Amino acid sequence: MLRLTGAELTIRLLENQGVTCIAGIPGGFNLPLYDALGRSGAIRHVLARHEQGAGFIAQGMARVSGRPGVVFATSGPGATNTLTALADARMDSVPLVCITGQVPQSMIGTDAFQEVDIYGMSIPATKHNFLVRSPEELPRVIAEAFSIAVSDRPGPVLVDIPRDVQVAPVEVDGLPEPGRATPMPTPDSASLARAAELLNAAERPLLLLGGGTSSPEAAAAVLEFMEQQRIPAVMSLRGLGVVPHGHELAVGMLGMHGARASNMLVEECDVLMVVGARLGDRATGRLDSFCPKSGLIHIDIDASEVGKLLMPQVGLTADASQALRALMPLVKPRDRGAWLARVDARKATHGLRFDREDDILSPYGIIRHVAKLVGDDAVIATDVGQHQMRVAQAYPMNRPRQWLTSGGLGTMGFGLPAAIGAALERRGGMAVCFTGDGSLLMNIQEMATAAETGANVKIILCNNNGLGLVQQQQDLFFDGRITASAYTTRTDFVQIAQGFGLPAARLTAGKDPQRVLKEFLGKPGPCLIEVQVRAEDKVFPMVPPGAANSQMIEGIPS
Amino acid sequence: MSSSIKSALTMLRLSVNNHPGVMSHICGLFAGRAYNLEGILVTPEDDGATCRMWLVVKDDGRMEQIVKQVSKLHDVLDVHVGQAEPTVFNRLAGCLEC
Repeated sequence: MLRLTGAELTIRLLENQGVTCIAGIPGGFNLPLYDALGRSGAIRHVLARHEQGAGFIAQGMARVSGRPGVVFATSGPGATNTLTALADARMDSVPLVCITGQVPQSMIGTDAFQEVDIYGMSIPATKHNFLVRSPEELPRVIAEAFSIAVSDRPGPVLVDIPRDVQVAPVEVDGLPEPGRATPMPTPDSASLARAAELLNAAERPLLLLGGGTSSPEAAAAVLEFMEQQRIPAVMSLRGLGVVPHGHELAVGMLGMHGARASNMLVEECDVLMVVGARLGDRATGRLDSFCPKSGLIHIDIDASEVGKLLMPQVGLTADASQALRALMPLVKPRDRGAWLARVDARKATHGLRFDREDDILSPYGIIRHVAKLVGDDAVIATDVGQHQMRVAQAYPMNRPRQWLTSGGLGTMGFGLPAAIGAALERRGGMAVCFTGDGSLLMNIQEMATAAETGANVKIILCNNNGLGLVQQQQDLFFDGRITASAYTTRTDFVQIAQGFGLPAARLTAGKDPQRVLKEFLGKPGPCLIEVQVRAEDKVFPMVPPGAANSQMIEGIPS
Repeated sequence: MSSSIKSALTMLRLSVNNHPGVMSHICGLFAGRAYNLEGILVTPEDDGATCRMWLVVKDDGRMEQIVKQVSKLHDVLDVHVGQAEPTVFNRLAGCLEC
């Protein structure tokens, strides 16, 4: 029999789940939890400087490990500050458990100090949520929260614990079995047979790989399937790195800023098999013009994704690796030499070209230079904007879980805290954070967290003194009227980074930028490297919003 | 009520966990995904551990998707799809006047 407080029991349950690190910020209504955490020897705490930062630090840990990231926040503003990170995790299917403090139950509904209905507010931002009403509920709720976060399609779960539940005494007979992923049912054999039939009859089959294939197990199954069947693949933003960059069967990213070759091949294929991708609008372009000539097989772990936007000939609710492994013995390898020759030709003629990629001081050049200096072991995180699309296009991503980006929600401010979480999770492994000045300013306070933890984060800032992707759209689609997207004062990011205690440098032509970049990437711990880029430089090719993927536009050389 | 509207109504009968947040989850899903919810009736069952919930839903061609989304909610234990008799909630309202 264990006699504990609700807070102590919560920490014991987290230890029981194998949690080793929590990102968060204490406040009035989660202090009992923090007091119990402080007395735990097994869990490290990372003190973020804003709860959104804590949410993204936990996401960084989860995205590189596949295990749920854990966040602590107090009631009211602490809790609401986590919402963006939760909504982001929901969109990109990242497992998180967010534990918030709440005012005592006797005060709920009285507009008490720092009271907010975070249970109600987090419903659409989470996969599921709980309001704990007694300490006796904690063993079931915590185990369920972890199980829900990682089962089938992963996602964020919020557990709101009122202060009276945290301080109440409770007696439990030992700790429950930790919450784990519930096994997926075996894929439906009739659907598997029909998928195999479609593939066997296909002359020009193509795979579309999404974030659902980004676990090492799924990526291994994907590669085996592709190589056995000689079927080429395009990737969504979140599917990058699943197949090593430069693999002969990898075509590259499709969609709004993808390779023209990828969009063309989706149009030319006769069977498109979508695996672990939700056919988001940035990937498909105008839906009625997407893969117009092909049969569609859609494999997704979430039944509601199959048929949500396009009705496939064959839909399969299954884990990607399970489905592909079940499919392999049913599909007969056949000679598709003509199709593969076509794919190679498209790659050669309509692959991505990177403007001034040898110039380290250009937007693509800095990405290519960093890639040459850091190995595949480094995690590559981005923020959101032009730099993000350029990294997606130009960085040679070679392994699953190497690539951390806010795909679905497109959250500026994601990059720095996510990179901190990734670096801490990998115990000193390097995480590069490509960012822009607009994005960096949205969670710049986490530089203090980086400095305090010594996280091995290299911030590569492409500074165009404004919101570049917004300016690009205004220039192209609003007759060049640049409204509220160019900053009128300059921020000295080198000085700011140094103020937080980070070594920092601006790369300039006169000061041997190659040497400076190499020197800073080789320093231990966090640092910032800034490159000045022009806001007028656009990301191309581009599908105009609302247009079909076949209507990509190229840049006018400036 | 015209026959075209009659034929476009579906009754979903759910069994759900009985706690104060369940209605928010169901209504939030319908609001967030812009599904048309025409009426709700809820009563406790199984000694109050679960509730039975009847939803009258306008079928705009997305019924399969609605059922999949509702089934995904953690507190939804069972979903049954049936025909909705369009005036059923109106007649019930007559009995409930207070």
